[in-house]
Amino acid sequence: MKHIKIDPITRLEGHGKIDIFLNDDGEVANCYFLVPELRGFEQFCVGRPVEEMPRITTRICGVCPEAHHMASVKACDAVYHIDIPSTARKLRELLYNVFMAGDHTLHFYALGGPDFIVGPDAPAAQRNILGVVAKVGVEVGKKVIQMRAHHSEIMQLLGGKKVHQVTSLPGGVSKGLTEEERKSTEARILEMVEFGKFTIKAFEDIVLKNKAYVDLILSDTYSLRTYSMGLVDEKNKVNFYDGKVRVVDPEGKELVKYSPNEYLDNVEEHVEPWTYLKFPYLKKVGWKGFMEGKESGVYRATPLSRLNAADGMGTPLAQAEYERMYSTLGGKPVHATLATHWARIIELLGATEMALDLVRDPEITGTTIRTIPDKTPTEGVGIVEAPRGTLTHHYITDERGILKKVNLIVGTTNNNAPISMSIKKAAQGLIKKGVNVTDGILNMIEMAFRAYDPCLACATHSLPGQMPLVVRIRDKNGEILQEIKRL
Amino acid sequence: MAKPKLALYWAASCGGCDIAVLDIEDKILDVANHFDIVFWPCATDFKYSDVEAMPDKNIDVCLFNGAIRTSENEKLAKLLRDKSKVLVAFGSCAHEGCIPALANLTTKEKIFRTAYLESPSTKNSDGVTPQTVTRVPEGELEIPEFWEIVRTLDQVVPVDYYIPGCPPQSTQIWAVLEILIQGKPLPPPGSVIGAGEKTCCDECPRERKEKKLKKFYRPTEIIPDPNVCLLDQGIICMGPATRSGCGALCVKANVPCRGCYGAPPNVTDQGAKMVSALSSVIDAHDPEEIEKILDQIVDPLGTFYRFSLSHSLLRKVESV
Repeated sequence: MKHIKIDPITRLEGHGKIDIFLNDDGEVANCYFLVPELRGFEQFCVGRPVEEMPRITTRICGVCPEAHHMASVKACDAVYHIDIPSTARKLRELLYNVFMAGDHTLHFYALGGPDFIVGPDAPAAQRNILGVVAKVGVEVGKKVIQMRAHHSEIMQLLGGKKVHQVTSLPGGVSKGLTEEERKSTEARILEMVEFGKFTIKAFEDIVLKNKAYVDLILSDTYSLRTYSMGLVDEKNKVNFYDGKVRVVDPEGKELVKYSPNEYLDNVEEHVEPWTYLKFPYLKKVGWKGFMEGKESGVYRATPLSRLNAADGMGTPLAQAEYERMYSTLGGKPVHATLATHWARIIELLGATEMALDLVRDPEITGTTIRTIPDKTPTEGVGIVEAPRGTLTHHYITDERGILKKVNLIVGTTNNNAPISMSIKKAAQGLIKKGVNVTDGILNMIEMAFRAYDPCLACATHSLPGQMPLVVRIRDKNGEILQEIKRL
Repeated sequence: MAKPKLALYWAASCGGCDIAVLDIEDKILDVANHFDIVFWPCATDFKYSDVEAMPDKNIDVCLFNGAIRTSENEKLAKLLRDKSKVLVAFGSCAHEGCIPALANLTTKEKIFRTAYLESPSTKNSDGVTPQTVTRVPEGELEIPEFWEIVRTLDQVVPVDYYIPGCPPQSTQIWAVLEILIQGKPLPPPGSVIGAGEKTCCDECPRERKEKKLKKFYRPTEIIPDPNVCLLDQGIICMGPATRSGCGALCVKANVPCRGCYGAPPNVTDQGAKMVSALSSVIDAHDPEEIEKILDQIVDPLGTFYRFSLSHSLLRKVESV
C-alpha cells in the first residue's frame, strides 16, 4: 500500500491535509481529508452574555467574520424575540451583500480563477494571481485591489472595523448611515456592479469559449451527485442574509424547506476519529457513509448548491446569467463541482445588485436603528449563507441571557464529506497504474478541493505564490518512493 | 546585497491577522520587494521541510500569529524560534491568548464532550472522539494533539517583540514594517511595538466627566449618547485597561471597547487593571452597596479577560 500525503494543502479554519492511499496495483484505494484543528467555541462561550456573541464568534474566522457576526446577531434577535427596525435590517443586509461580493471576488481571481484563466496544467509558478494578471492584463489586477479596498472600507464604515465587525447587536445596529456616507458608499457599489459584469464577461471569454474547459467542467471526474442546500426568500430566490433553508434532491426535487428553528429536525452530524471536523448530513435521509446519490444524506452547501436549491436570483442581471448557466450545462440541477466557480461569480454579480438596491433605499439613512429587548431571553437560531455554505448559530440562555448551550454548524463544515468524496473521485480518475504523478495531476486533484473555497483559501492567494504542496508516495515501510514538491 | 528574510506563520488563529497584513494594500508590494519572504503558508509555497532544512537564525524576522493550542502549533513555534533572529508575537492570540484562550475557563474533556458527544445536532451513539492516531483499513492517519490549555507564544519560546491587536491595525503593521525596511533601530527586546503608549481612552473622542456610577447597563439595555464616555453612561468599556493603538474604532462605532490591544504599558494583568479602574468610579462606600452595584456586571471574568486570559495571572481556571 502506498501512501500519498498532501500536507498542508491549505487552510480550512486551520490546516488541511489530504491522505491518499494507493493499492498494490498503483490505483487509489482511499482518500482522507483531515482537519487537524479545533478551538472549542461551543464550550467556552457557555457562561458568556449572549449579546457578546456577535463580537466573540467573529474570531472563528478572520476571513469571513461578517458571516459569523450576522448569524450570531440573528440568533440573538431570536433569543430576545425581537423584530428589529427596518433600517437596521437593511443596514445589516447592505453590509452583508457587499461582503459576499468582496469575498467571492478574492476567491475567483486569486484562487479558483488561475486554474481556468492560466490553465489547469500550466506551470505551477504561473498558476496564481500574477499569472492571471499576466494573462488578462495589469488593469484587471488593479480592479481586483480596488474591489478589495471598496469591500474593506465599507466594512469599516458599516461594521466599525475592517476585520471583526462590532456594530450588530441584539435589536439592531449601533451606528446609522449619514446621507454623505450613503453617497460615497453608492459610488463604491456602482463600481462593484460594473466589476461584477466585467467578471461574467471575462469568464465567458476565457472559459466558456474554450471547449476543453467546458468539457473539463462537465467531466465525470469532477461530478458529484448530492443533495443541494441554500437559503431562499419567500419567492424561492437566492438570499444570503435571511429566509428559509431549502434542500433539493439530486434530481432537483424539493426535499424540505425549513425555518432556522427547525434545523435540528433536518441536519445531523457524524463523527470520525481521524479528523477534528464533523460530517453533517440530512437527518431525514441518514448517514450512509461517503456515498453519492439520493439514498445518502450527504449534501452540499456551496454557491452552486444555493443556485440548485433556489428557483432563481433576486436581481435581473444575475437572473439572466443564472438562466444561461443552466442552459449551457444541460439544465437543473448541476452536479459539476467545477461549475461552482461560475455560480460564485453569478452570486458576486447578484450581491452587488442587491447592495445597490439597498444603498438607494430611502430607509437606509433612517435613524431608528435599535429596539431595546423587553422579553425574557430563551433560545434562538440564526442562519445566513456564508460564502462557503449555510451557517447556523444556535443559542440557549437562562432568563438573564447568559449562555447555557451553543451549537454551531459552520459554512465549510457542511461540505466536509463532499470535499473528501470529490478529492477521492478526482484522484481515482487521474492516478492510474503506471501513470507518473506529476505536478499537473496533483493540481487537478486540488481543483476538486479548491472549488469549495475552503476557508482562508481566498485570502491566501492574494500574493505571489500558490497553494503549497508536497506529495510523498511511500512504500509500506514509510520509505519515500516519489516526492513532488511545488516550489 | 541579499534581501533580509521574512517569515510569517499562523498557529491557532482565525486568519484575521493575515488579512490585516494584506490590508496594507499596495504597500504589500514594497514588502515583497524589500524582503525575501521565505515562509508564509497562506501566501507562498514553502513547506515545513524547507524551514527545517535552514541553518539556525537564517530568518531575519518572523511574525508569528495565533496561540499555541495543539502539538503542531508548539512544534512550529520551536522550529521558527530556532531559525529566526527576531521572533515577533503578532496579534492578540500570540501576544495574550485572545478569544481562543477563553477555552482556559474550561477543560479539554468538556470541549470534546460538548463538540462530539453532547452537541444537539451530533449523532454519535458509539461515543467516537478524535484520536491522534487512527488505524484505517489502508494504513494510519495522524492528527496533532489538542493540549489542555491555550498558551501564548512567549509561554512556549522566548519572544523578542509583541505587536498587539485583534487584529493589529494595518496602519500599525505598516509602521513596523517600515522601520524594518528603512533599517532603523528597533526598541529594546521585550518591547510592545506597533501600538501606543497610553490607554484606549486617550484616543477616544467622547466627552469624559468625573465618574460616579450607581448602575451598570449591558449594551442591549440602553441606547448610549454618541458623544459621552460609555463608562460614564454605565456601560462596561475596557478603554481604561487597554493599550492605545487602534484609534478607538469600537467606541467610534458606538460600542464599548473589549480590550483587544491588551494591557496598557506597565500593567501585567489587564483584568486586574479593569477592576481597579472600576473600583475608583463606583459611587458608594458601604461594602454591601458596592457589592450590589458590582453584581450588575455580568461575566466579569469573560469581559475583563476577553483577550488576555492566557497571559493573565489567572492563566487557567482549574476547576469549573
